Amino acid sequence: MTALLIIIVAALLGITIWQISKIFKLSQPIESDDSQIATNKDNENQGKLFLVFIVFFYGLMLYSFWSLSKFYAPAASDHAEDYDQLFFISVALIMFVQVITQFMLHWFAFKYRGQKGRKAIFYADNDKLEFIWTIIPVITLSALIIYGLFSWSEIMNVEETDETLVVEIYAYQFAWRARYSGEDRTLGEANVRFIEGINQLGVSETDPYAKDDIITTVLHLPVDRPVLFKFRSQDVLHSAYFPFFRSQMNVVPGMTTQFGFTPTTTSKEIRNSDYMVDKVRNINEIRENNDNLGPDEKSYEFEYYLLCNKICGVSHYNMQMKIVVETEEEYQKWISEQQTFGELTAQN
Amino acid sequence: MSVAAQPLANDHAHEEGHHEPTFIEKYIFSTDHKMIAKQYLISGLIMGFIGIAMSMLMRLQLAWPNETFWIYEVLLGRFGEDGVMDPSIYLALSTIHGTIMIFYVLTAGLSGTFSNLLIPLQIGARDMASGFMNMLSFWLFFISCVVIVSSFFVEAGPASAGWTVYPPLSALPQAIGGSGLGMTLWLVAITIFVASSLLGSLNYIVTVLNLRTQGMTMTRLPLTIWAFFVTAIIGVVSFPVLLAAGLLLLMDRSFGTSFFLSDIYIQGEVLSYQGGSPVLYEHLFWFLGHPEVYIVLLPALGITSEIIATNSRKPIFGYRAMIASILAIAFLSTVVWGHHMFVSGMNPFLGSVFTFTTLLIAIPSAVKAFNYITTLWKGNLQLNPGMLFSIGLVSTFITGGLTGIILGDSTLDINVHDTYFVIAHFHLVMGISALYGLFAGIYHWFPKMFGRMMNKNLGYVHFWITAVGAYGIFFPMHFIGMAGLPRRYYKFTEFPYFDDLANTNILISVFAFITAGAQLFFVYNFISSIFYGKRAEQNPWKSNTLEWTTPVKHIHGNWPGEIPQVHRWSYDYSKLNKEETDYVIAGQDFVPQNVPLQEHEEEMDD
Repeated sequence: MTALLIIIVAALLGITIWQISKIFKLSQPIESDDSQIATNKDNENQGKLFLVFIVFFYGLMLYSFWSLSKFYAPAASDHAEDYDQLFFISVALIMFVQVITQFMLHWFAFKYRGQKGRKAIFYADNDKLEFIWTIIPVITLSALIIYGLFSWSEIMNVEETDETLVVEIYAYQFAWRARYSGEDRTLGEANVRFIEGINQLGVSETDPYAKDDIITTVLHLPVDRPVLFKFRSQDVLHSAYFPFFRSQMNVVPGMTTQFGFTPTTTSKEIRNSDYMVDKVRNINEIRENNDNLGPDEKSYEFEYYLLCNKICGVSHYNMQMKIVVETEEEYQKWISEQQTFGELTAQN
Repeated sequence: MSVAAQPLANDHAHEEGHHEPTFIEKYIFSTDHKMIAKQYLISGLIMGFIGIAMSMLMRLQLAWPNETFWIYEVLLGRFGEDGVMDPSIYLALSTIHGTIMIFYVLTAGLSGTFSNLLIPLQIGARDMASGFMNMLSFWLFFISCVVIVSSFFVEAGPASAGWTVYPPLSALPQAIGGSGLGMTLWLVAITIFVASSLLGSLNYIVTVLNLRTQGMTMTRLPLTIWAFFVTAIIGVVSFPVLLAAGLLLLMDRSFGTSFFLSDIYIQGEVLSYQGGSPVLYEHLFWFLGHPEVYIVLLPALGITSEIIATNSRKPIFGYRAMIASILAIAFLSTVVWGHHMFVSGMNPFLGSVFTFTTLLIAIPSAVKAFNYITTLWKGNLQLNPGMLFSIGLVSTFITGGLTGIILGDSTLDINVHDTYFVIAHFHLVMGISALYGLFAGIYHWFPKMFGRMMNKNLGYVHFWITAVGAYGIFFPMHFIGMAGLPRRYYKFTEFPYFDDLANTNILISVFAFITAGAQLFFVYNFISSIFYGKRAEQNPWKSNTLEWTTPVKHIHGNWPGEIPQVHRWSYDYSKLNKEETDYVIAGQDFVPQNVPLQEHEEEMDD
């Protein structure tokens, strides 16, 4: 409701400005010049408005960094730190360029606003200047490219060792499933053509490797152990987006894609971090005042989540899976309580 | 070639002078490039109105996802029953908003209008190389507009798979309702659009190459023409690939082929498709999709170059560097498409290659931005509305371009891919920038198109509200993207984690409504000026280019007598005579291109 008020106020404000400008215009002595071409006075006014505008723009940038950059999600995987560092360097660099170039642009628009009798300089070319502003971007960008490519190949080339946990993430409209490879550490064969009844993921019932596979609706990950995800979709494109782990990979029907990371912060740890405590308190206050929520929905506790980030149909906006990062012992305990695929099919 | 062609064209013009065209010949099936330009402009603006209205509905939904608004029911019918927006129509709105704004407004509306208007006028030609093809191009475009808009009246709704229409979602009606007849209409509309675009582009290329007047060498062309010319070339190279992708998709949908589909189980049955790959579609799509960004942007930059030079009363700084940048951007734009696909499942090594080419494209872009800024330096800026929009374009081009450095870096793309960060980036760098270019062009060439002036004060109000609003919408949007807010979500309330972003979404929406409202100033100004605007003089902005040597009243063939010859480039503003006592032409700070070199005058840039 407050928002609606804001709109009404804004609209009224707009109308007021419009009316004032109209009155202002009418009260002016009739100008001889109505050519609709900028006059000396227009140049003066518009030039000054560019100064006002740059103040507004800097203010907006400051406000955004000051009060919105806290939304940046905390990092919880091994490569996230490297990612964040590259991100902050890039942001610092582009904001540096942004502040300077925007200032020059708007300042020149003000400083050189047209005046009667002013002569513009006839200045068509300067090879030295152009060389400078070609070579500077070349050098900075080269540095960024090289830095970025090192990180990229490090993130994307996941080496599978004895320690690596292999998990299949299976996507369909509109939910996720996780399949663990079990004791043999090998995922059983699977294809959509095997889907039948309770065998929702199309795992081969004849493949011996599949017998000990474990299919779950919540993704549990042991902390500090590399995980290699194999992604499979049964219908359309999805994208497995793990914002806290700085990871994302599209899930493509007809092929298996992969991505790996090592979670470094358990769910419990991140829940108790200062950042998350503050954030969750704030969210709970918002939820408390939200009349659309039922009493049992009011209280929120942070959990990691995986979400779909490639348009996949009507319920795309609600295709999520809970992720629990826990200690190795907790994980072992949890996984030992899960039903294997062999047990599942044996029931039928 | 051009010299030989001219006398013929002259005779033709004289003969035509006696024939009074009928209403249909003059306003509907016109082959005159100036009329076709106006037809493109007005259809483009109407499509723009529709496209922006759609984005308003989306912003309303995103800001207050759980409220009901009667407007949904009024505009969306059964998709907005009881004032609740249906999730499927949200996706349809975002799909058609993207399609309309990119193809219909910024490709056809911008390039179609100004290439048609300015190419013959600025190179000194009687008309396009083929007036008939030009007319055909417009009418195909018009049919395409009708088809895409009509898809809103299809029972299961229009195409809803995002403007990129990735299969399998776009191929299977079982996956989403909009992939039925709505998607077929989308494909038909785009196919017709590609045909229209190709006819137009080929015409532009031939006209620029063959019909330049005497003395108009390639290095004397105004930068507008360079931009339109190169844009047309990119279009000819890349649009056919989109057609191919569309055709293969059509075959997958209708004839059971498996170009893009494989291993699909949907709604309880396994489909027979085997062996195709959606990634192939993505490659084909983005082979057009990325150059398309520059098809949209280059004409805007060309328009801006011309307007900034004219209104700064200075030559554009680094004319040759500007041409080189346009060519470099054009070339690089065809080898960077993979940066849309870093996490598509393609080989990570390809990701490295595309990161490299993508960041390269920042270099010519930076050169252009710096050249614009230097052009303002020590000028005598005439701050007409067209000039304000041009300066605004440089500003948004820089802001939006810089965040491209983050998205073009494969590593950084991982976490902001398909979030609102991307939305903010491309709306600033191609959406808002190109729209500013469109507005700048309209304010600047309105006198040429309609023989009247637009009201400058309304223009000022239009610009300032838009400038504040556009940044108000898109600057904070980067930050909700960095929070991991995904695009194409009907609402975010399913994730309590995003609850604290709701206020920012409301802020963005309020700015969006104000900005969209400000466009009504423009609409009013545009329509009323056509009929009641002050009559324009022949060369209101004191510009050098040839279009201002034609009479205000349009005639078929553009110039009543001989076509003017060209003796210099188009940027001799504030050029001094040899003794540096006065301008080359005493008391006049500009020298039109058709004025011969004065005594002791040296030609610039040859």
